[in-house]
Amino acid sequence: MSTTVQSTTATPRKILVLGATSGIAEATCRIWASQGASLFLIARNGEKLAAVAADLKTRGASFIDTAVADLDDTDKHPELLAHAINSLTGMDIAYLAHGILGDQTEAERDFNTAAQIIHTNYMAPVSLLTWLANFCAQRHSGTLAVISSVAGDRGRKSNYLYGSSKAGLSAFLGGLRNRVDREGVTVLTIKPGPTKTAMTANMPKSEKFADPESVAESIVSAIDKRKDILYVPFQWQPIMFIIRNIPERIFKKLNL
Amino acid sequence: MPDAIETEEAKQVQAPFESWGRYPTYGAKLLPLHWQSDFPAVTAGLHNGALPVGMGRSYGDVCLLKDGNLLVTTAMNRLIAFDPETGLLTAEAGVNLAQILDFAVPRGFFLPVTPGTKYVTLGGAIANDIHGKNHHVAGTFGRHITQFELVRSDGSRMLCTPTENPEFFAATIGGLGLTGLISWATLRLKPIVSRKIDYEGIQFHGIDEFLELTNQAKDIEYTVSWVDVTSTGRNFARGVFMQGDHSSRKDDLIKSAKPKLIFPFEAPGFALNSLSVSLFNTAFFHKQIHKRVVALQDYEPFFYPLDKVLHWNRMYGKRGLLQFQYVIPWEHAKEGTIAILQAVAKSGLASFLAVLKAFGDVPSPGMMSFPKPGITLALDFPIKPDKSFPLFQRLADMTLELGGRLYPAKDAAMTAPQFQAFYPQWQHFAQYRDPMLTSSFWERVTSNS
Ligand SMILES: Cc1cc2nc3c(=O)[nH]c(=O)nc-3n(C[C@H](O)[C@H](O)[C@H](O)COP(=O)(O)OP(=O)(O)OC[C@H]3O[C@@H](n4cnc5c(N)ncnc54)[C@H](O)[C@@H]3O)c2cc1C
Repeated sequence: MSTTVQSTTATPRKILVLGATSGIAEATCRIWASQGASLFLIARNGEKLAAVAADLKTRGASFIDTAVADLDDTDKHPELLAHAINSLTGMDIAYLAHGILGDQTEAERDFNTAAQIIHTNYMAPVSLLTWLANFCAQRHSGTLAVISSVAGDRGRKSNYLYGSSKAGLSAFLGGLRNRVDREGVTVLTIKPGPTKTAMTANMPKSEKFADPESVAESIVSAIDKRKDILYVPFQWQPIMFIIRNIPERIFKKLNL
Repeated sequence: MPDAIETEEAKQVQAPFESWGRYPTYGAKLLPLHWQSDFPAVTAGLHNGALPVGMGRSYGDVCLLKDGNLLVTTAMNRLIAFDPETGLLTAEAGVNLAQILDFAVPRGFFLPVTPGTKYVTLGGAIANDIHGKNHHVAGTFGRHITQFELVRSDGSRMLCTPTENPEFFAATIGGLGLTGLISWATLRLKPIVSRKIDYEGIQFHGIDEFLELTNQAKDIEYTVSWVDVTSTGRNFARGVFMQGDHSSRKDDLIKSAKPKLIFPFEAPGFALNSLSVSLFNTAFFHKQIHKRVVALQDYEPFFYPLDKVLHWNRMYGKRGLLQFQYVIPWEHAKEGTIAILQAVAKSGLASFLAVLKAFGDVPSPGMMSFPKPGITLALDFPIKPDKSFPLFQRLADMTLELGGRLYPAKDAAMTAPQFQAFYPQWQHFAQYRDPMLTSSFWERVTSNS
């Protein structure tokens, strides 16, 4: 099985973050920054990206570089990734956190909307991960941590476009893990449930919403432990087990 | 397409925004600000006015806007820059003091001024120009703000410092969120070598002893007193005088205790009556069995004893609570405080927590700041509809006669004439208001009908 040892504490870890302005990604990067990591951040909006980068620099990141890019543009991926890894002078972790929920109702009427969701949530990650996995496999090291969703575990009427794109992504990650594990590369599938944002901190809210900070802590720890699949918060694992096992003839009548 | 993973949170129905006193309660639309560029974009096309809000740790209605739009700033909490040479920290206004402490203490820095809870935002601390246990040496929070950006609803952005846009600098510190959105600010932190506080607690009997202890503690950085407002006769105005300094013994700066207790449910209305309050106060007084207690204490229990119990405000039940905080100038400090404590005792309405402190003469930079030299007293009252408000009116009138004023951050009861007499500069201040921003507090205290 895995033979390579990953440097964790001695030299700062080199981390590539795709979709760095997402709430969960930002919370995760704050932990890494306070540990002194080197970070390369990619996001679409330059102004937001600059705010995130300044925050992480202030919190102690030992190196920060950024690139503004639309990850839907798969043609540009090889060049973008090569540039990022060059800037970081290597890569220990690639963290994919970009994605869209999309408009389910619109997607039911219009295939272009559906295709857009699938492109952003499935096609673009497949393109990125193909390049990244080959890069890591060649070096026999590295972790690919990818945010999928509990919504990918079973399609339901309220968001099956989003769900199916994430289901595809989860299946892809499973296969990729099976392929590159023997090369010393770790693939982590992250399945978050609904997550609270900081702005709702002082408002009463149903128990099933998690804090981005605690979600981020679980992600950092799952990466450190080289886990394969992370349900976060962990309660989603038994819940999704039950949901996956409801017989279809009953499931189709449920309002979920 | 957006960078963000968007989950179901985007679709959820927002719960009402409550102030800390949970009174009054008003419906409002919550508009979360995630980025500095979100305001004024989020209010485009909206009517009914708007108000920036932080953690809702004000007690009354300065952070409420009935049927309006609340700009919730807490997700705008990024750090922008820190200079370990000068201690200057620049951050977005929605960052809270707990987050600042988590960042600063391990680096050997502390807040220049802190209130009795660390769950307040940088923006909220500026807008109420809050004070702490070191007011007599450090002045208010606003004194330690070197610059900030003010965003107006017309989209203009203004850098404010004591010399650049100085009128807006003065109007916004203590400006109750009405002059614009503070998007970021620079705060001067102060160096420490230890997380610990050299603490001393001293029992006193009566206001004379309190004043004497205050006088002796002029050079001590932090002082505050708890007073037993339930005892009469020989025990009238007894209390514990608490003082402390940052320990100068080099010590570990790293440790973080997360609050563990959460007050999980609303207490039934009868849990807090005069009897339980009086028992609590007697117990508190005797908890300190010796006249003097000396201890080396972590800063968290020293500054934030109540933060250990998150949502302790629920203890007051559904109707909520209100603080009543005044400052009265030195010339009336003693007889005024005695008169007010007597009025409270006579009313039969018990105050659970009564906090007494001397304000110093370090001036506030804010035009509408509450603190001024003299004595301040803060009293917590559970709300009893027919009894509380007549008492508040009586106490407010007494405060006015004594040349004092009330703290808007703790108020939901003063009348428009009372407010206008406490803050005669209010009309001048009103010139700097942003036309879109208003609050339930402001509507109440400026309507003369
Ligand atoms: C247990 C406890 C102890 C306390 N102790 C003290 C104390 O010792 N001393 C003291 O002075 N106060 C004290 N307070 C009161 C508290 O410090 C203030 O009410 C503080 O302003 C609350 O900050 P917040 O972030 O919760 O703001 P909120 O209560 O949400 O808002 C307060 C004001 O700030 C404005 N505001 C918020 N953010 C912005 C922004 N970005 N731009 C412009 N305006 C903005 C709002 O419009 C409102 O007028 C205490 C409160 C509690 C609950």
